[in-house]
Amino acid sequence: MSEAISALNGKVAAGEVTVREAGLRGMIILRGDLSDKKLRKVCTALTGVKVPEQGQANCDGDKGLCWMSPDELLVLVPYAEATQAVTTIEAALSGTHFLAENVSDARAVIFVEGRFCREVIAKLAPVDLHPDTFQPGDFRRTRLGQVAAAFWMLDEDTFEVICFRSVAAYTFDLLAASAKAGAVGMFPTPE
Amino acid sequence: MLTLRCPYCGVDADETDLHGEGQAHLKREGPGSSDEDFEDYLFMRENPKGVHFERWRHAYGCGKYFHAARCTSTLQVFGTYSAQTLEPPQDIKDKISGARPGWS
Amino acid sequence: MSTRLANKGRLINTDKAVSFTFNGKHLRGFEGDTLASALLANDQMLVGRSFKYHRPRGVVASGAEEPNGLVNLGKGATFEPNQRVTTTVVFEGLTATSQNHWPSLEFDVGAINTHLSRFLPAGFYYKMFMYPRPFWKHVYEPIIRKSAGLGKAPKDRDQDTYEHFHAHVDVLIVGGGIAGLAAAHAAGERGARVLLVEQAAHWGGRAVVDTPEIDGVPAQDWVRTTVQSLESMENVELRLRCMGAGVYDHGYALAYERLTDHQPDADGPRHRLWRVRAKQIVTATGAIERPLSFAANDLPGVLLAAAVRDYVVNFGVSVGDRTVVVTNNDDAYRTAIVLKAAGLDVPAIVDARTEVAGDLIDQVRALGIRIELGKGIAKVKGGKRVTGVALCAQAGEGSVLEEIACDCVAMSGGWSPVVHLWSHCGGKLNWDADQAMFRPDPERAPTGADGAGFVMTAGTANGHLFTAEAVSDGWAAGRAAAKAAGHSKRGGQAPLGLDAAEGPISPVWLMPQGASHALRSKAWLDFQNDVKVSDVQLAAQEGFESVEHAKRYTTLGMATDQGKLSNINGLAILSQSLNAEIPNVGTTTFRPPYTPISMASIAGVARDELFQPIRKTPVSDWANANGADNEPVGQWRRPYAYIRDGEDVQQAVNREVKNARENLGLLDASTLGKLIVKGRDAGRFLDMMYTNMMSTLPVGKCRYGLMCTENGFLMDDGVVARMSEDTWLCHTTTGGAERIHGHMEDWLQCEWWDWKVYVANVTEQYAQIAVVGPNARKVLRKLGGMDVSAEALPFMQWADGKIGEFDARVFRISFSGELSYEIAVPAGQGAAFWYALLDAGAEFGVMPYGTEALHIMRAEKGFIMIGDETDGTVIPQDLNLQWALSKKKEDYLGKRAHSRSHMADPNRWKLVGLLTEDGSVLPDGAYAIADGKNENGQGNTQGRVTSTYYSPTLEKGIAMGLVHNGPDRMGEVIEFNKVDGSTVRAKIVDPVFYDKEGEKQNV
Repeated sequence: MSEAISALNGKVAAGEVTVREAGLRGMIILRGDLSDKKLRKVCTALTGVKVPEQGQANCDGDKGLCWMSPDELLVLVPYAEATQAVTTIEAALSGTHFLAENVSDARAVIFVEGRFCREVIAKLAPVDLHPDTFQPGDFRRTRLGQVAAAFWMLDEDTFEVICFRSVAAYTFDLLAASAKAGAVGMFPTPE
Repeated sequence: MLTLRCPYCGVDADETDLHGEGQAHLKREGPGSSDEDFEDYLFMRENPKGVHFERWRHAYGCGKYFHAARCTSTLQVFGTYSAQTLEPPQDIKDKISGARPGWS
Repeated sequence: MSTRLANKGRLINTDKAVSFTFNGKHLRGFEGDTLASALLANDQMLVGRSFKYHRPRGVVASGAEEPNGLVNLGKGATFEPNQRVTTTVVFEGLTATSQNHWPSLEFDVGAINTHLSRFLPAGFYYKMFMYPRPFWKHVYEPIIRKSAGLGKAPKDRDQDTYEHFHAHVDVLIVGGGIAGLAAAHAAGERGARVLLVEQAAHWGGRAVVDTPEIDGVPAQDWVRTTVQSLESMENVELRLRCMGAGVYDHGYALAYERLTDHQPDADGPRHRLWRVRAKQIVTATGAIERPLSFAANDLPGVLLAAAVRDYVVNFGVSVGDRTVVVTNNDDAYRTAIVLKAAGLDVPAIVDARTEVAGDLIDQVRALGIRIELGKGIAKVKGGKRVTGVALCAQAGEGSVLEEIACDCVAMSGGWSPVVHLWSHCGGKLNWDADQAMFRPDPERAPTGADGAGFVMTAGTANGHLFTAEAVSDGWAAGRAAAKAAGHSKRGGQAPLGLDAAEGPISPVWLMPQGASHALRSKAWLDFQNDVKVSDVQLAAQEGFESVEHAKRYTTLGMATDQGKLSNINGLAILSQSLNAEIPNVGTTTFRPPYTPISMASIAGVARDELFQPIRKTPVSDWANANGADNEPVGQWRRPYAYIRDGEDVQQAVNREVKNARENLGLLDASTLGKLIVKGRDAGRFLDMMYTNMMSTLPVGKCRYGLMCTENGFLMDDGVVARMSEDTWLCHTTTGGAERIHGHMEDWLQCEWWDWKVYVANVTEQYAQIAVVGPNARKVLRKLGGMDVSAEALPFMQWADGKIGEFDARVFRISFSGELSYEIAVPAGQGAAFWYALLDAGAEFGVMPYGTEALHIMRAEKGFIMIGDETDGTVIPQDLNLQWALSKKKEDYLGKRAHSRSHMADPNRWKLVGLLTEDGSVLPDGAYAIADGKNENGQGNTQGRVTSTYYSPTLEKGIAMGLVHNGPDRMGEVIEFNKVDGSTVRAKIVDPVFYDKEGEKQNV
């Protein structure tokens, strides 16, 4: 296999809130019956986390499961493991109705890290990001500026954002511009 | 700018996350249908001032299509519900009857 | 003259002087001054010329309602026209210039219009410039444009940055006066998430100027402690310089925060547009004082009474030494009291009422100020500024009783609640005859998603003009809003206000009541658009009885101030002219924004490279560095051609076509949509989606498919490959990926939801490169890996494997007519794969080609292109694609439509090839001319060109077109029109111009 390169090859915009492309990440679209025991089992086996509830993401480092829709999960694994993970899913779910596709190369992952990261996202997404309503563990598919994106929080200081590869540069620049413009001061920020 | 709750992912979605998809509960007419029925199905859309059933797609969200019962005049939303149904659920009909007695 | 007083204004810091320029003149103000107060402090009464008559105009108001004081602000990259002097804070180095005059503010030739004003009544433009028709465009409009207009458009790029912010709150409170503060406090105490925005730079609104008592302390002290208390609440966000701009459906609101207008050197965005979703909105937007309509009420030096005292109290500025107060209510007496206390002269209060009584009257009498009851102003004397007033009986026709010398007139016609935000989303109003004002009707509030009201109003905005009721109303509204938003914690206590006793207002819409036409035609209603009492009366007389018609005919209220001062007065004049009650005439519609907001704030960060998303393929960076001349295809930018040094575009295209036909071409086809369709019912589903049969496609094979909409028109096409027993890969057009994905999901979710099918859009997972030309196989063999021989991988088949070190899926498909492989590799390997092909292909004459070469090659082969041959009205039969319409299938999308009478009509325009007799290239979209004329007298047509190119292969123009019964007319010559009016003759031919037998692709 030729060496793969992520959409922005690890680009960083450092600042009070830093925007950083995460590099390669294994990602699998899994469509199927999310209540199916076999499906839940293979997902947990691959990622080490529980299948998330509606609107949630369970993530642990490079691995995780994100609730995309009532019949879709996004399975996160290390990039090098994605192909094998698809094979594993296919084997486990053989005979049932499902779809598993490796989309690792179709997406970009961007971290937004820093004190007012919530406000950086809230400048771009029509979503209530107040700590009362959005917390680590919550997962949201929405719009960032003019493109589709999804995000969740790793901790109070960090958002993980995914978008399509073709608009990775736009999304990165959008986040970087919003970070550079500074805090709004609306949300309570960690000390 | 509407906010509609997506019945699939439970999100109160901003209108900019949604895409309107026209009138709900159309009955498809295929080969063998009469010209009149087919014309009705293709072109004849309701445009009421008042209670209306619409299709929406949570385009920037979970991607699911859903139905909304809405007043086109006041923008009151009586409810959103699954796309996998041939008519509005009874609880939504009841809610509309409560708010708009005599609607049809 | 207007000047700075010895007393210190509340808002200015006299220790810190700032210098600025107005029309090049160097002036000084203090920190905290508005541009208006600083200009007045320098005796700069004249600030601009009026829009139509170029009358000299001065500042009228002290806030956002100011109609006259609009200036050009800044220079170069910070230039901005139409900035209000009353809401612009002065800073060191500010430069302002006045607008709408030539050659200068003091000597303006346009002022001749004022002498011609009797010839320029309402509707003048409509009446005068109708005929002859062409004159409007070529003579009248250019001249009018030159002499009219307010500020100039900026020439340089804006150097500042802007942003949006999405805030979701329980309660949005607009207005930081005492009612808004009380509301915020009540809602905040109850635990609601509150956002309180105030357009000014200070809290407290009017109360801090007029200093009533609240909770036993002066208003300014109450405001200070209340703000401190609010600042300590974590759930309350306070924003100054942030205007509630608009209220929209379902609790959406816009607020416009001006972050650095007052400190232009500060970092960060200049403006922030808050996109608020609030469960409840409280409009505590206060009230605006109305002018009185008397002759020459527009002279510089005639101001609103409250503005005159604002300038004294807030900025220590006196507008004049001798001020005549003219009023119909008690509130204006406060101005006389304030002026007297500042040591200024008030020669008289002219009160239209015949009886007055109350605390303020008593105070004025005690100060020895003369009060003239039952009187009005017949006319204001003066040229570029006030020199005096002529008094008359209000009940009379304007006979002058006395002239009083003065240099300022402070007028008050009563107060109008600011109901704009209440009304934006449908809140209704009641006419309160006692107070002569429209006020919100709480029974008819704007309703939200749940059908209940989501806007409340409080304080003076709710018609409560007195302190006690304003603060308690604010507090009650805040409490009710919090409760409606789900916060009903008890506790807290409403603030108590104390008021002076005031007598009733007496509505006065014209002064004097029986003013002659001469006086009425100098009595201004709308200062900014130069609309006078006589204009509105003329409109009514000419039949513009609806308030909306009268508004448009006269332009009353249509200027950038949106009639904040003029609407009610104009409405009252209209209703009098129509002999109707004011509420029966109704108001015009209030529309957001409340006052103009910057265009840049609406754009936010969406400018320059962030103006719109540009989608990039893994090859885009290389392409952009190697001569790509891009064309937009949706949000993608695809290379139209790769231009080399010394070439023009056409030469590059010709080279690319020839090279792909003779050697080896590479096309970045990554943008083509790729949809995986999987499941037990996937074959059945695709049989419905496509016109042809996909369920029978063997695994490993490819088939070209057509998609129609339900009404039978072609919507997309592409090659479908069967991956496995239950999985298909569907290619779509570049623009079709998201659309077709949605289309498939639509049918699966909403019609055949019991079918077991999943669809996934994997478009961006792959970089897809078309390797095209006689040397295509050679380069792949050189790279090594999988067997790409004709035997192992015949035409219209695909296989997975390795090409060199790359994970590849190889499709033997051709859109060029050449030997061609479309190779998909994971996008992360896409750029490397492209380089590898360029390297390995060097010895085989490799050249990338762009979309134009792609188009030419497909046209040479007679292949259709969605969007060229189709336009939403074309069915497959029109393109001779009957072969792709399965006869075996009972149903597919579009099948029923194809049997509609017009679709099945044999007399349709159908696809043919076209060759000009002279070998020239037909103009794109040209129509084929037919005999006779249609019912509209236009020439009949019999076809049109859908694709047209110069073919480097055939070395002449080739075209495809839809021609009436075209395929039956082979060899016939028809005529096409050209843009220059001439025509060109073309022969109808077979649309396949090149390698009809397919020998080149099938090797």
